[in-house]
Amino acid sequence: MTQKNRLQNGGRIDRSQSLTFSYNGKEYQGFKGDTLASAMLANGIDLVGRSFKYSRPRGIVAAGAEEPNAVLQLGATEATQVPNVRATQQELFNGLVSASTNGWPSVETDIMGMVGKLGGNLMPPGFYYKTFMFPQSLWENYETMIRKAAGLGRSPKKNDPDSYDHINHHCDVLIVGAGPAGLAAALTAARSGARVMIADEQNEFGGCLLSTKETLDGKPAAEWVASVVAELSAFENVILLPRSTVNGYHDHNFVTIHERCTDHLADIAPALQARQRMHKVRAKWVVLATGAHDRPLVYGNNDVPGCMVASAVSTYINRYGVVPGNELVLMTTNDYGYQAALDWHEAGRRVAAIVDTRTAANGSRAQAARAKGINIILGSAVIEVQGGKRVTGVSIAPISQDGNKVTGAIKALSADTVASTGGWSPVIHLSCHTGSRPIWNDEIVGFLPGKTLQKQLTAGGINGQYELAAALSEGFAAGQKALSELGLPAVELVLPKAKVAVQDAPMSLFHIPHIKPTSQAPKQFVDYQNDVTAAGIELACREGFESIEHVKRYTAMGFGTDQGKLGNINGMAVAAKILNKTIPETGTTIFRPNYTPITFGAVAGRHRGELFDPKRYSAMHQWHIKRGAKFEDVGQWKRPWYFPQGAESMQDALNRECLAVRNSVGILDASTLGKIDIQGKDAREFLGRVYTNAWAKLAVGKCRYGLMCGEDGMVFDDGVTACLGDQHFLMTTTTGGAARVLEWLEIYHQTEWPELEVYFNTVTDHWSTLTVTGPNSRKLLSELVDYDITNENFPYMDWKQITVAGVPARVFRISFTGELSFEINVQANYGMHVWEKLFEVGAKYSLTPYGTETMHILRAEKGFIIAGQDTDGSVHPHDLGMSWCVAAKKPFSFIGKRGMARQDCMREDRKQLVGLKTKDPKQVIPEGAQGVFDRTAQIPMPMVGHVTSSYWSENLGHSIAMGFVKGGLSKMGESVFYPLADGSVIEAEICSPIFLDPKGERQNV
Amino acid sequence: MQHYSGFGLLKHSFSHHENWQRTWRNPTPKKKYDVIIIGGGGHGLATAYYLAKEHGITNVAVIEKGYLGGGNTARNTTIVRSNYLWDEAAHLYEHAMKLWEGLSQDLNYNVMFSQRGVLNLGHTLQDMRDIERRVNANRLNGIDGEVLDPQQIKEIVPHMDCSQNTRYPVMGASWQPRGGVARHDAVAWGFARGADSYGVDLIQQTEVTDLIIEDGTITGVKTNRYGDIMADRVGSVVAGNSSVIAKMAGFELPLESHPLQALVSEPIKPILDTVVMSNHVHGYVSQSDKGDLVIGAGIDGYNGYGQRGSYQTIEHTVQAIVELFPIFSRVRMNRQWGGIVDTCPDACPIISKTPVKNLFFNCGWGTGGFKATPGSGNVFAASLAKGEMHPMAEPFSMFRFHNGALIDEHGAAGVAH
Amino acid sequence: MYHIYCPHCAEYREEEEFHAAGQAHLPRPLDPDSCTDEEWGTYLFFRKNPRGIHHELWVHAAGCRKFFNMTRDTQTYEIKEVYKIGEKPSIVAES
Repeated sequence: MTQKNRLQNGGRIDRSQSLTFSYNGKEYQGFKGDTLASAMLANGIDLVGRSFKYSRPRGIVAAGAEEPNAVLQLGATEATQVPNVRATQQELFNGLVSASTNGWPSVETDIMGMVGKLGGNLMPPGFYYKTFMFPQSLWENYETMIRKAAGLGRSPKKNDPDSYDHINHHCDVLIVGAGPAGLAAALTAARSGARVMIADEQNEFGGCLLSTKETLDGKPAAEWVASVVAELSAFENVILLPRSTVNGYHDHNFVTIHERCTDHLADIAPALQARQRMHKVRAKWVVLATGAHDRPLVYGNNDVPGCMVASAVSTYINRYGVVPGNELVLMTTNDYGYQAALDWHEAGRRVAAIVDTRTAANGSRAQAARAKGINIILGSAVIEVQGGKRVTGVSIAPISQDGNKVTGAIKALSADTVASTGGWSPVIHLSCHTGSRPIWNDEIVGFLPGKTLQKQLTAGGINGQYELAAALSEGFAAGQKALSELGLPAVELVLPKAKVAVQDAPMSLFHIPHIKPTSQAPKQFVDYQNDVTAAGIELACREGFESIEHVKRYTAMGFGTDQGKLGNINGMAVAAKILNKTIPETGTTIFRPNYTPITFGAVAGRHRGELFDPKRYSAMHQWHIKRGAKFEDVGQWKRPWYFPQGAESMQDALNRECLAVRNSVGILDASTLGKIDIQGKDAREFLGRVYTNAWAKLAVGKCRYGLMCGEDGMVFDDGVTACLGDQHFLMTTTTGGAARVLEWLEIYHQTEWPELEVYFNTVTDHWSTLTVTGPNSRKLLSELVDYDITNENFPYMDWKQITVAGVPARVFRISFTGELSFEINVQANYGMHVWEKLFEVGAKYSLTPYGTETMHILRAEKGFIIAGQDTDGSVHPHDLGMSWCVAAKKPFSFIGKRGMARQDCMREDRKQLVGLKTKDPKQVIPEGAQGVFDRTAQIPMPMVGHVTSSYWSENLGHSIAMGFVKGGLSKMGESVFYPLADGSVIEAEICSPIFLDPKGERQNV
Repeated sequence: MQHYSGFGLLKHSFSHHENWQRTWRNPTPKKKYDVIIIGGGGHGLATAYYLAKEHGITNVAVIEKGYLGGGNTARNTTIVRSNYLWDEAAHLYEHAMKLWEGLSQDLNYNVMFSQRGVLNLGHTLQDMRDIERRVNANRLNGIDGEVLDPQQIKEIVPHMDCSQNTRYPVMGASWQPRGGVARHDAVAWGFARGADSYGVDLIQQTEVTDLIIEDGTITGVKTNRYGDIMADRVGSVVAGNSSVIAKMAGFELPLESHPLQALVSEPIKPILDTVVMSNHVHGYVSQSDKGDLVIGAGIDGYNGYGQRGSYQTIEHTVQAIVELFPIFSRVRMNRQWGGIVDTCPDACPIISKTPVKNLFFNCGWGTGGFKATPGSGNVFAASLAKGEMHPMAEPFSMFRFHNGALIDEHGAAGVAH
Repeated sequence: MYHIYCPHCAEYREEEEFHAAGQAHLPRPLDPDSCTDEEWGTYLFFRKNPRGIHHELWVHAAGCRKFFNMTRDTQTYEIKEVYKIGEKPSIVAES
């Protein structure tokens, strides 16, 4: 229960709140304010995982988003598992359960580690492209092994109990990063009254100031942070978002922020709280104040636990009161690195040496180290470290000033910790998301944000400004710049005074030379997570992978969950060196969203399950449910599919429903059909242009069926349109096609024929449509109307404005069943009333509700098509045998006319829609069956068309089908064969698709 | 060409892997070639490989403006299947499938073609009719496939929600066992190495800035780095940039270039053994050998050459994946990116002669290009070699958009167009 | 996600309310029946598809339902201008 590396004092942890957590089944203590990583280090946990290729032991390297190794499995229950959580970013909570992800049987004694040691040399980059090919049949076995070895954590296997929110924002200035620059920018903008948002990935604001001993105005920097946060919190025009990672920067200043609302409390969100929230922000200006990451150096065995980046050492000491070892060797190329040794020394532990690769170091920090008596070794480097599961010592040697070779004798030092820094890498990731390419800067030895089209400003470390004073003034300047761009008044801001350090120039060095060539030296890791070494990169280059993109892809560098935050620039430097190019010549590195990984659930938000897509119901939906309807999804609509009674099978239900309609009366809820109200003096002309048939003479009070084609002549929708007045029509469309048809009408009106005076409006939801159909439909309806609905007074294809069940109704005498039919349209909120009234009086006629399936059967008996089922975007009206519906002589060349006259559309052997009668009347051809003329043909068999609609017709006592057959319209009476998956073949005769009442007498009575 | 094998790895390990040969040369182009291929992606490199291997035409240059395989080859979700609806497309993709099946051995380069099966889910009655129709067509065309019910699907993908509780319950699926995934980069590199070994010059970082056309016949190309390079025949295989090359030749194509986005999760242990595609809820997912869930999004509706798309497209796709696999809700999305897909009005490619003599185009693969790579290269190579279109390429002429003989494969892709 | 100014609503709205509807300024031939197959096919399918400045049709589908034109850079995704149907763009590509 000892936290052996915990300092007695200091840090931003709350020592009064002790928290228990477990790692690999063992319990440990930490404090509130710890990250999982700092708590692990406090407890002296060196080993956090095994590397995925060589299974080498790995420890914590960094303290933030750039950590490549400490990637753990979290979760106390199956449902709350989270794979690949970076321990450096996970706040500690009481009861946290964590485990390492690789290593078998355990991370401590890992058998794969042996394999890695023995076989490591057999696994250079790309080895898998060169082997596992023979024999071909064994690849799947090889692959199973590879897959098992790869992957980090695991997915939960139970559904997520948590919920996730989305929230939209518009703001004037979004500041990314709440370090010194970000806070200064935010305060500036806020004081002017701008709507400000400021987001930071950490649990508290302050950025690097949380981890430093620097002072502002002579006081600890954290005091300034606290005062700024207090002032910002008091503004109503400011939203502060801690624990919120700006993960993506998209075009037109659209930014997504991933807020972890409860991950610091428990692994399941408290009741009624969302676990995480995505903020979707449209910002007028974005200030990137994202700081910089410390870049480690690449040296032999630099992955042995105890090797860390220098700034992380300072962070653990200053922020968490944890010294991650006893004896430090610091290797640096720059002045900033000295800080880690100074902090270590101050924490009371031994600094074995500062190894500076430069030949001189006279900056303020170097002087401070010297003053404290720390051993500084100049012009040298740590060329390799010793140790297995923890560093035990280092080899130090002088190196040439071009950084390419070891120039003198090796000196051994004992140490358990090696901190290294090759300088800062500005965190430019977000600036790259919209396609801007970063630019190399020799002075800061790093990439800076490139030119951008976004309304983006940058301040502080991201610009290579690493001194506190500079960061503050850049933040202030960015705030002022945003204000002036927004036309808001400038503000006064007295920046706190920071000490200015005297700096020596850094050395441009990435890859530490070894006495052996890189290929033979101890492994020098560039990308820890993907086990990419300097030797691997050199090999890739030697093999011809010279573009940095090739290098990355061949070696997998930068493809880990850390996305190469620590390794990419080092990798480019290694490649540049062997290719004898500069880093910018080698290429740049492009970052894409996400900055750090975000939870799928958070991206999805509430749009899952019931809310995945809206459900649309008709006004009679509850009735259908009560009546036990089975539903079918049609577009977003839930339509009754059929209404089984008792234990009835589907086919029995359909048979009953079909017979009821033909013999008495049935009712269909047709409310879902699209309805478009069309008005204007040119409405009639417009209809004539968009439908294939004639509309000029349709009288008021009449209805007509219309076919709609694209300009290619292919049918895409159909429906009945009624003439409500000389300049007023009501168009119906298919259920799924309503929105598309409306847009189709609009685009032609607005772009092609704006001179036509016509207006369209969707009225689908305004009306309930109740189709009463069957020989008894008139008798039934006449009991509820105030009007003479005899055939003489209300003939077929007429519509009337009458009263049904006391409600004003438009009744259409149109028929999709071939029976005497009335389509009753009433205002939607009267739908249920009329429906129930119909059933009240309909009982004596055994009024039978039927669903879409019976509708399909009944219309197929009549040979009516369903657009989308009997058409597929590749058939024109003539293919459908519907030439009668094409008025070729209309004066205006209607949409589709020219298209259907193209050469290929005129072929006589096109696939044409015909009826199909099976030789065995009991056999129903499966829909989708493909027909052939020659049943004995070898595969590939020449296919002649597929079955689009096929049913058992209880009315007719035999099966019926429609389908396409090559040249079918001129092959009446001939046979088509349908070879099925089970080996059987169904023979069918080509016939008219009108199986029932070809003269149409039943509907016209 | 240096032969790759496990034994070779062992041998080279003794010399610390210092003696591996270059995978391909880095040549300076000649003044004139028999054939120039513009575009060093998978299709262009495959074309070069088959030109050399099957037609003995080795005086060939592939001119690539960036790095080999850096366009859509590097950006796709690596799905391979051949269960297309129409005969013309089915034959072409099945031709590719057969080549995939021996490709690693043929190239002596492991492209990690993994035939773990592809499921295309149906969520509505019409989906199921379409699935039946397609599977029946596949069967009669000699392509493997069957229709599965939810219970059978559950056995293959135990972690998918096949219940009735979802907004659009899974009603069934088509299943092509021979479908699967491959390692996309390796495909480009394997073809490049193969082509190079026959003497094909792979010219990287070189952009074709114009075409040299005399009297309606192409005679060469202008480049930004090497000036004019002459050729008897030129094949353009530049996917999303096809319209740009066509403009140089003075004609337009029936193409629109759209962003197509994809994303991956962090790597996780094996949880999904097949490819799952859903046209209806707009998403598809597989798991790479590295452990990432590889997820394809829908295309963005606007034209775009920016290799990135809009966020809401990603959002909708992730919603679909979480709807299909609620257990992935706590898994995290690592990275997203975009490619430029050249979409054709009928969702089928163009492999065609053009109004310019000796200039051939291979483009319009839209969202379906990767799976066709070997087949596309194979038939295009034959066409370039003979100067006449390969019979399998014949139906894919750009002139079908004049006479109306389209091959409408909408709905054959995993996502709606 | 684009931020689009609808010239009819005179407001900036999110891309989710809109969708693109293809190349702008593609008038339907006045006399389709006199077009050859090639001419008709060209009208139907063949497009400029430029890399760079592009004039395209958009519709404010979940808003005013009106169509308008947009000049946009297909490489940088910069929206240069929006203008109503029947109007001409003020920014065009250098040919």
